[in-house]
Amino acid sequence: MLKQCEGSHAVAEAVALCRPEVICAYPISPQTHIVEGIGEMVKSGELKDCEFINVESEFAAMSVAIGSSATGARTYTATASQGLLYMVEAVYNASGLGLPIVMTVANRAIGAPINIWNDHSDSLSQRDCGWIQLFAETNQEALDLHIQAFKLAEELSLPVMVCMDGFILTHAYERVDMPTQEQVDAFLPPYEPRQVLDVNDPVSIGAMVGPEAFMEVRYLAHAKQMQALDLIPQLAQEFKAVFGRDSGGLIRSYRAEDAETIVIAMGSVLGTIKDTVDEMREAGHKIGVLGITSFRPFPLVEVAAALKNCKRFVVLEKSLAVGIGGIVATNVRMAVTGMGLKGFTVVAGLGGRAITMKSLTGLFEKAGRDELEPVTFLDLDWNVVNKQLEREKQVRRSGPAAEAMLRDVGAVAARNY
Amino acid sequence: MSALQTVKFYQTGTFTVGNRLLAPEDRSVQANMQRTNSLNSGHRACQGCGEALGARYAIDAAMNATNRQLIAANATGCLEVFSTPYPETSWQIPWIHSLFGNTAAVATGIAAAIKVKKQKGQGQDVRVVAQGGDGGTTDIGFGCLSGMFERNDDVLYICYDNGGYMNTGVQRSSATPSAARTATTMPLGPEPGNPFGQGKFVPAIAMAHEIPYVATATVADLRDLENKVTKAMGMRGARYIHILVPCPLGWGTASQDTIRMARLAKETGVFPVFEAEYGELTSALAIRRPLPVEDYLKPQKRFAHLFGKNPAVETIARIQAQADKNIRRYGLLAKETV
Amino acid sequence: MDKPFAITLNPGSSLANHTGSWRTARPVYLDRLPPCNNQCPAGEDIQGWLFHAESGSYEAAWRHLTRDNPFAAIMGRVCYHTCESACNRGKIDEAVGINSVERFLGDEAIKRGWKFAAPTQESGKKVLIVGAGPSGMSAAYHLRKLGHAVTVMDAGPYMGGMMRFGIPKYRLPREVLDAEMQRIVDMGVTVKLNSKVDSILDTMKAGGFDAAFLAVGAHIGKRAMIPSGDAAKIVDAISVLRSMEGEDKPLLGRRVVVYGGGNTAIDVARTVKRMGAEPIIVYRRTRDKAPAHDFEIEEALQEGVMVKWLSTIKQAGDKEITIEKMALDDKGFPQPTGEFETLEADSVVLALGQDVDLGLLNGVPGLEVTKDGVVKVGTDLMTGHPGIFAGGDMVPADRNVTVAVGHGKKAARNIDAWLRGETYAAPPKHEVARFEKLNPWYYADAPKTVRPMLDIIRRQSTFEEVQGGLDESTALFEARRCLSCGNCFECDNCYGVCPDNAVIKLGPGKRFQFNYDYCKGCGMCVAECPCGAIKMEAEDI
Repeated sequence: MLKQCEGSHAVAEAVALCRPEVICAYPISPQTHIVEGIGEMVKSGELKDCEFINVESEFAAMSVAIGSSATGARTYTATASQGLLYMVEAVYNASGLGLPIVMTVANRAIGAPINIWNDHSDSLSQRDCGWIQLFAETNQEALDLHIQAFKLAEELSLPVMVCMDGFILTHAYERVDMPTQEQVDAFLPPYEPRQVLDVNDPVSIGAMVGPEAFMEVRYLAHAKQMQALDLIPQLAQEFKAVFGRDSGGLIRSYRAEDAETIVIAMGSVLGTIKDTVDEMREAGHKIGVLGITSFRPFPLVEVAAALKNCKRFVVLEKSLAVGIGGIVATNVRMAVTGMGLKGFTVVAGLGGRAITMKSLTGLFEKAGRDELEPVTFLDLDWNVVNKQLEREKQVRRSGPAAEAMLRDVGAVAARNY
Repeated sequence: MSALQTVKFYQTGTFTVGNRLLAPEDRSVQANMQRTNSLNSGHRACQGCGEALGARYAIDAAMNATNRQLIAANATGCLEVFSTPYPETSWQIPWIHSLFGNTAAVATGIAAAIKVKKQKGQGQDVRVVAQGGDGGTTDIGFGCLSGMFERNDDVLYICYDNGGYMNTGVQRSSATPSAARTATTMPLGPEPGNPFGQGKFVPAIAMAHEIPYVATATVADLRDLENKVTKAMGMRGARYIHILVPCPLGWGTASQDTIRMARLAKETGVFPVFEAEYGELTSALAIRRPLPVEDYLKPQKRFAHLFGKNPAVETIARIQAQADKNIRRYGLLAKETV
Repeated sequence: MDKPFAITLNPGSSLANHTGSWRTARPVYLDRLPPCNNQCPAGEDIQGWLFHAESGSYEAAWRHLTRDNPFAAIMGRVCYHTCESACNRGKIDEAVGINSVERFLGDEAIKRGWKFAAPTQESGKKVLIVGAGPSGMSAAYHLRKLGHAVTVMDAGPYMGGMMRFGIPKYRLPREVLDAEMQRIVDMGVTVKLNSKVDSILDTMKAGGFDAAFLAVGAHIGKRAMIPSGDAAKIVDAISVLRSMEGEDKPLLGRRVVVYGGGNTAIDVARTVKRMGAEPIIVYRRTRDKAPAHDFEIEEALQEGVMVKWLSTIKQAGDKEITIEKMALDDKGFPQPTGEFETLEADSVVLALGQDVDLGLLNGVPGLEVTKDGVVKVGTDLMTGHPGIFAGGDMVPADRNVTVAVGHGKKAARNIDAWLRGETYAAPPKHEVARFEKLNPWYYADAPKTVRPMLDIIRRQSTFEEVQGGLDESTALFEARRCLSCGNCFECDNCYGVCPDNAVIKLGPGKRFQFNYDYCKGCGMCVAECPCGAIKMEAEDI
């Protein structure tokens, strides 16, 4: 059923259609509308047989999820940014124990400085936590990925993060095709746990494992993610059979068949990139796009295959590995090792900085001429940066950089030190 | 009960583990030949471990009270480490260890899952116990514990209090008693040992949450402990039992003295044994043979710096004052009510 | 369940880890000897029979008791229960009222008609017992149990010996005595009364006896030289007490002076008080030096018996006597002061001790008599003459019913062995369970039950029993006060307090067993055993 609604609401409805049994959440922007929506459905009775628990922290949220998932309940939670970091210990624990929890990460920057706007720093900080990470390009895909995520998680007994851009998707009203309960039920069977706390078949979950077996345990976690590389496309196929649309999968190419330049990105920015590429194609540029849906597991083979005919690639990512540059780019470079491709890293949109078609066009044209620096910070205000660097060189007690720079751009009133 | 049993003889009373002349249904769980031994032999706890003993007492009682429909969540700590090193576990019940600081929340999740399964007609009425040491409860796990209390989740949380981080080598926790020596509160400087005026008594904080049931107990009074666990399992909502479990390693006591130390803690008033419902004190286990705190402190090497050639008379007096306050506050010299 | 590798484990699998290898010392169960048992002259297993009584299994308790002593009802009245002085419970509050429970069991046995079984097999041996007193009848009981044909001969008209002729009926009602005597006769013991044995060897020969046990008691009152007029009435205590058993009650007048400070003196004074006389005891030393038990003195005083302490009789006339005041010297001996007093006295009863009539031993080769006028015996109670044993008041020992009963048992065992050409070897004694071995925490505070006493008016005028018995509930209470020193009473403490579940409970009556596969040797079971029935032993490492 087609409907116009907020992205958060679409996800809330999709999650509800998956018949979750335990949902726990702690409020953090921009995830709040999702759990508010589900909470309302539980409270009203629209979503039956589901416990909604208002916990006291994200750490508790993930911990409650661990408990309920281990007891055989289909479990969902959502978080973002600082919240994700606050639950990190439990995030690792959930994957280590192999519990198929599904969590929405409404992607948001990480402070300090505190910033509520979108980038991918939060989920990418958890790239090695053992969770599967799927990135949604649109609200429709976000909705669809949640339905797929439960099936994926439960098949593999691994937790899945569905990452969707905060505000840009979560708060955007778009038209979505909301599946029916029958469709979802046809796709997603009831949860049958691989291990469960059962009084009739008691086990001890979470033993202490020493050097004699720890490597094997870790390898098995890796092996499961490798299995996901096969399972994710398979589920996308199954999904298409039931719901009639392409959603999910590992990667998705756009106008890349004869492209000399391929722009690689994740999430909603792909929309802007595609629009830009459309325009540039009109202008005769041989440019295409590669969207990565599955960041973990990272589809090295598929990415290499998608790039095998291009001359160069540009990874545009909303994240920064401080001290080296790109995070996604590093992963892509590993995929193309030995292929002799030219690659550029573009860090863009941190903390909600707008990524405009104008800037992208300039960027891609420059890339096409191979004139980009290896790492580019899109639309960085060099004046502000240079001023601050100079200030710090001269004054020992130069004060907080963020505030000083805001003053430089005129966002706050000047104060004398 | 006949008039005869107003006197607690060992044959019929409550001081010993078993009472051969009591009706079988009135006997302690631990006296039963078919007790569950929820924590099985072969665990790696130190000789004379109070926590191993307390955990078996409590979980066996909970198993008995729930007709063996019980799941336990366990915090990181001695109990977890000595019971479940791969490839063997001592637990005979469904049991999960997640992290150090999240046990109450994990238990909340288990309880929520059970509730839904039951609602759906897919499961029995299984009950949940969360357990941890004092570090996992009063320090790192306190946030989750308070959240579980405040939401009144259907969980019995049991804290095994041995007054420190024994698993990591006897460091100070917020349950370490004043003046006690630990690896991080050495008996040095002008105020040797753990400072006075610090630490917290979580049972009182639990009472402030006005949860249905709060109790303290020790491994020295099994019947009292079992009664409290049984009572707790007969109630719904958030419940908290704080059990004093002496640690021969951390306290510097002989392995055979574990129960004796717990008894002395109770008899001196150092550790008040009571129960409370919805924030109100409902009973206290009276001191049977009042003793000065020295009797409790002296056998413990962690207090050795208070004695010797120049006894720390003032410090001992301050500890005595703490005990006296407990006695006043909880009415520990009143007639026995249990 | 297809369990994830390593992080999820099978329940209870730690049994594979045998922590017993950590142990440097191991706990071991043992039985220690309860101090009451150790003390009992009759060798009763007091803790053993109290164990049964605790559960209300009174017949089992009585049967356990009578393995050693057939006279529970008598003991419960006349035994001076030194066991209670030894009782560890005395260090907690007050000793267990062992004697009162014993009496309760004895009375129950009489009330319910419990009997001793006759032996299932006859040995074919014949044993003669001389004297139907406590020692003789005790020996008869034990020998009969062992299958021997037993004949008891007594000079007196009734069974009981000194229990009848020395102990007043207000302390030991005769129906109780008769019942416990008859129960032994009912086992198939032949008792011949009014049959004085003049020569033991002749009687043995005539009857074809294989062995004999002599237990004639001390029935001859000792005399003291008191200057007296012809009219003075001076009699001995034993004949007074004996005459109480017959038709002709003694005629002693109104004012009766009893001379002596022993239990017999008290008994006589209390007896004549009940007959309407005014007894006055004259004793040369002080109350605390008197050989009589203090409770008996106290009861006598309560009943109105008067006592002149530190006094000796210098002269006895027909209506009065003269006494001299004494003073104790620095060694505690009484010395004359030269201060005299006159007392009104219709008669003087001498209670200065008794001698044994050893006439029946004349001409027995090998037999030796001590300077105190009793028979020399070995530790096996055999006299210098093979096959002739002696016990009770006849041999050097404390003279009381309990000691006599103990001699009877001991003699029986030795006679039995001797008849088979063997030597009886008593099983080695366990170490005594001292109070320090106990963990008294586990024993509830429970004050001793006081037995009811007859009201004072009736005590002064009748021969009704002075001290009452316990009823069922109080007897049970008293039995349950027992600490079971040194003997496992299956309290389950070891089973409960082991942090390693290394104690196996074997079930009711079967006690426990250590599982050394898992016992780490912490010693908690030893520390928390209430009764000291576990000890630690070093491991050989």
